[in-house]
Parts: sequence; C-alpha cells; structure tokens
Amino acid sequence: MSIQVRNISKRYGSFEAVKNVSLEVKEGELVALLGPSGSGKTTLLRIIAGLEQPDSGTILLNDQDATAHSAAKRRVGFVFQHYALFRHMNVSENIAFGLNVQPRGARLAKSEIKDRVLQLLQLVQLESLAKRYPTQLSGGQRQRVALARALAVQPSVLLLDEPFGALDAKVRKDLRRWLRRLHDEIHVTSVLVTHDQEEALEVADRVAIMNAGQVEQVGSPEEVYDRPATPFVFDFLGNVNLFHGRVESGRANLGPLEVTAPDNAAQWNGPAFGYVRPHDLEITRQSQDSQATIEARVTQISAAGPRTKVELKRSDNGSLIEAEITKARYQELALCAGDLVFVKPLSIRLFAGSPPA
Amino acid sequence: MSTSVTYARTIPAVRSRSASGVVRLALIGAAVLYIGFFLLLPLAAVFVQAFEKGVKAYLAAVSEKETLSAIRLTLLACAIAVPLNLLFGLAASWAITKFNFRGKNLLITLVDLPLAVSPVVSGLIYVLVFGLHGWFGKWLDDHDVRIIFAVPGIVLATVFVTFPFIARELIPFMQSQGKEEEEAAAVLGANGWKIFFKITLPNIKWSLLYGVILASSRAVGEFGAVSVVSGHIRGQTNTLPLHVEILYNEYNFMAAFAAASLLTLLAVITLIAKKIVEWKTEKQIATSEAEEYV
Repeated sequence: MSIQVRNISKRYGSFEAVKNVSLEVKEGELVALLGPSGSGKTTLLRIIAGLEQPDSGTILLNDQDATAHSAAKRRVGFVFQHYALFRHMNVSENIAFGLNVQPRGARLAKSEIKDRVLQLLQLVQLESLAKRYPTQLSGGQRQRVALARALAVQPSVLLLDEPFGALDAKVRKDLRRWLRRLHDEIHVTSVLVTHDQEEALEVADRVAIMNAGQVEQVGSPEEVYDRPATPFVFDFLGNVNLFHGRVESGRANLGPLEVTAPDNAAQWNGPAFGYVRPHDLEITRQSQDSQATIEARVTQISAAGPRTKVELKRSDNGSLIEAEITKARYQELALCAGDLVFVKPLSIRLFAGSPPA
Repeated sequence: MSTSVTYARTIPAVRSRSASGVVRLALIGAAVLYIGFFLLLPLAAVFVQAFEKGVKAYLAAVSEKETLSAIRLTLLACAIAVPLNLLFGLAASWAITKFNFRGKNLLITLVDLPLAVSPVVSGLIYVLVFGLHGWFGKWLDDHDVRIIFAVPGIVLATVFVTFPFIARELIPFMQSQGKEEEEAAAVLGANGWKIFFKITLPNIKWSLLYGVILASSRAVGEFGAVSVVSGHIRGQTNTLPLHVEILYNEYNFMAAFAAASLLTLLAVITLIAKKIVEWKTEKQIATSEAEEYV
C-alpha cells in the first residue's frame, strides 16, 4: 500500500512541529525519516498512523483519503521506541492482542490465532520465550516482540518510531540488518524514523532528511550522501569542514583557496561558504600550488581504526580542520603533532550565503 | 550514576558506626517511646476500656439496637459513596492522563478541593443548599423530599469528603505509566472500551484498590461533615462515629469504647489491607521501572 503525505502541517501551541510537508512512499518501499530531535519526524509518523491529527493537509493510504480515519481503521502497524508492550501479558498474548480485539465477525478462530502467533514467533525467532513477560526480556527481544505484534494484524503499512534508539550499539546493528532482511522477505511498505544517519543510509531504500519541521531532501542513500541538496543535509550526513569566503564573477575565494564556482553560481556575487568532508582532504609536506592548499599545523592524531584522523589548526586564522587519511598515507608522511603541513581539498561543495548556525 | 548513589549512601553509614552507637540508640529509643505513647497506648486504651466489664457486656453493647443501626448507616454511606467516587475517580484520571483538553488544570485543582476544605464547612455547604432555609429547601420541602437531617444528606457529605482519594491515587500513577500502551492497542484495532478493560484497568488495578481502601476508611470514619447534616437522630441518622460521641457524652463510657473499638478494628484491618496493596503496587512499579532500563 502506498502512502501519500500532502501538505501536512501541525503545531503545538506556538511550536510548529511540521510545516507543510509532502512525501510519497511507494508500495513495498522502506523510507527513512532522518533528522535531529525536534525536526518533526516522529510527529509526521504519528500523523500517518492516526495517533495525531494534522492541523491541515491530507494523508492518502492507497490513494484513499485516510485523514479522518481513526488509528484503528487505518490498519497500520506501529512500533514504538520504548516498545509499549502490554506489561501484564506474556509474549504470545501480546502478539495475539491485535487479532483478539477484532470485531466478532472479522475475528479469526482461536486455533487460527494460535497458528498465526506461532508463525510470528518463528519469524522473530522467539519461540522459546512465548510464555515470558516483557520484564523478563532483553531490549532487543522486546523490540522483536513489538514488531511481531505489529505484524500480526497483517498491516498494509509498517511504521517504526526510532525502533532501535534504546538499544546498545551492537544489538542495534544486528537488529537493523535483520529488519532489512525481513523487509526484503515480506515487502510491507515501511516508514522508519531515526536520528542515526548510519542506520538510515544502511537500511532504507530512500531517505527523507527533515529539519525544523520540513523535508530538506528525499533520495536514495547514495544520492543524499553524494549530492546533498542543502548545507543542512551535507552537515547532517557526516562530518564537515567549513571554509568561509566570497564568490565574485564565477570565482570563489575561500581564504587562501581559489575555486571555480559552479555554473549556477555566476549570479551569486557575495558571501559564500564551502563544505569539505574530512576524507576529501589531502595532506602533503610540500605546497605545490598556493592557491589550492592551506597551511596548517597538526594538533592531534588519532590512529586507532582503519583510517587515521588528523586534527589541524589553520595557520592563517587559527580555525580547526579535521582530515581523514589512510593508514598507509599516514605512515608515509610520518606525521607528528606540531608538524607544519599543507592541506588540499580534493572536492569542495559551495553554497551561497552564510552557513547555518 | 548508580555508583555515585551508593557512595552517597554508604559513607554516612560507615561514619555513624564509628561515631557512636549511643546516638543511634537514643534516636531509636525516642522514636519508640513517642510512637508508644501517642499511638499504641491510646489504641490499647480503647480495647481495655471496651472490655472493662468483660466480653459479655462488650458483646451486649455492640449488639445494642442503636449501635447496630449506626453500623448499618455507616456501611450504607460507605457503600454508596465509594462506588460513586470510584466511577468518578476512574473517569477523571483517565481523562486527565490520557487526553489533552481545556480546563484540565482546573479539574485537577477541583479534585483536591475537599481535602483543602474543613469537613465542617463541607457539611455546612449542603445545609446551605438543601436545608429548609437553603436554596432548594423550599422546593424540596414542598415535594416532601428530606435531604438534610436524613440519610441522603449523610451520603452526600460522605461522597464529598471521600471525593479526591481515588482520583488522587490514580492520576500520578497513570501519568507515570504514559499512554503508549493505549496507543499501541488503538493502532492494533482496539476500541475505547477494549483499551480500557484490557489495557488500562489491568495496569492500574492495585493503585485503584489502594484508592478504594483509603476512601472507604475515610467514609467510615468521617465525623465533621456528617455531624453537621445528620441531626443526630438516634437509630435513624447516627453513623458509628456520631454514635460514639453521643454515648460518650452520656457518660456511657463502656458502650462508647465498645463502639469505638469497632472503628479501631476496622482501621487496623484497613492498615493491613493497605500494606498488602502497597507492597503489590511497589512490586508493579519496580517491574515497570526495570522495563525502562533494560
């Protein structure tokens, strides 16, 4: 079932949580709503589920207007961040709940419910814990129960609100791979809310990046990472180094750097700034071209892990630069803290105006 | 975080052991004496006085016609007031904790009103409204309905003074539980009734029972408000606490204390029941907290 979000707005008092957001999720797709806390992603998810009413705009489920439908009527599965398992019911009873509360006519027979619960227990690999209560389970197990419970009613849409947010890093990674495999198996249209860019980029078919109640960019993980549409997206999807400067007649001057401005920047003529990812910086001992390098002093080196992180202080204005180089390059350069080196951006992304605070 | 807490707790304990056990003993002794003198002694005195003339006289005093009638009226008032406040308390707590609406804070404040007002004043309010010279007094008299100096007045006063107990017990507990479970049930297709009976009620049952116990003990023991509206008609509008006072004023000490011993006994039973429910609720809170931190 497809989801269409059309011009949805929602405010709480004077706070605008969601501002005129439109988004489309195709049948069978897994879309991640990614953004910092307070960006409106959870509110939007709750509006899709029918747990909140939008102030304006419409929600279409399978091209049908569902804005006025209650949560119960929308047939969506919802997985809460803190699981929201029924604490006085055991695992089986939790999973069976959605089937047991169906109106008499639509309800499955007892034996069918039992079979369905068993199937779901197998799906989430918790057959041995069927009689346990939520308090007797680990966080990861609880989240799988919550997922099985949501899937029991065969929802046409699965909505997940920070499903792995409360779990530790290792469990989180396992569980999100498992979720991706599960999605490939059952192909239920899914929306996943997360503030973890790694999670979104790894799991989702498409990512919608939200900021301050608005969608900044929607695209495949590769698209949004490689071609961020806005400074916010660029900044949010990884570490960045910021270079202040100006654009004049097609040339950008960012401190000592001189860069050709992009084609559409001919008419900017004014303040501009450039973003460079740490791994797009090259460190050299000698300066080959003074207009393409920045002189800086190494302040800190962290060599643990496959790549070496080097923190440098610019000689001209004292601001810090973070670079990431390969271990081989690091050994070749034989860098030490205090060394004077030259930094060369391999790829720089220019934006007009001033950087966001 | 947990380590810093344990440090904060263990360091003073270690010190006090080395400082002096005398101070500790003195403090414990003072507390025991205080409780013994102000709580246990009077409690014992009630029973000593009640059984002063032997078990037979006690039983005779307790089974006296007017005493039995007072017991009946007390239980009747309690049996009407508590279920009414149970319904109201549940509805108010459900509304306050699960929904947002205008006037929510006003409702919370109003729930507390009977606790802030002196019981005598709450009795007087009903006299002013339903009494012969009150707002509806004339109309009620014309239709031959008696509220003040009759059983309905006593029930009304009891409802008023026990009004906050159940709601006040439930609101903080339900707030701490949040509404995620209810939302999960709603998304799974449960309607309002099913959400209430299958999710909310099982979660709050101990807390609710605790509120009922508190409200019942107050309903049985209420003196001030009931005294104002009762009219003290023996055998008709006397509740047990009022009956104790009348007997006492008539220098019938033995009978007064016999009746008082019934109230005291009820209080002791309430305390035990309360303790059991408290223990159950704590266990429930502990498990729900454990749930949060896994």
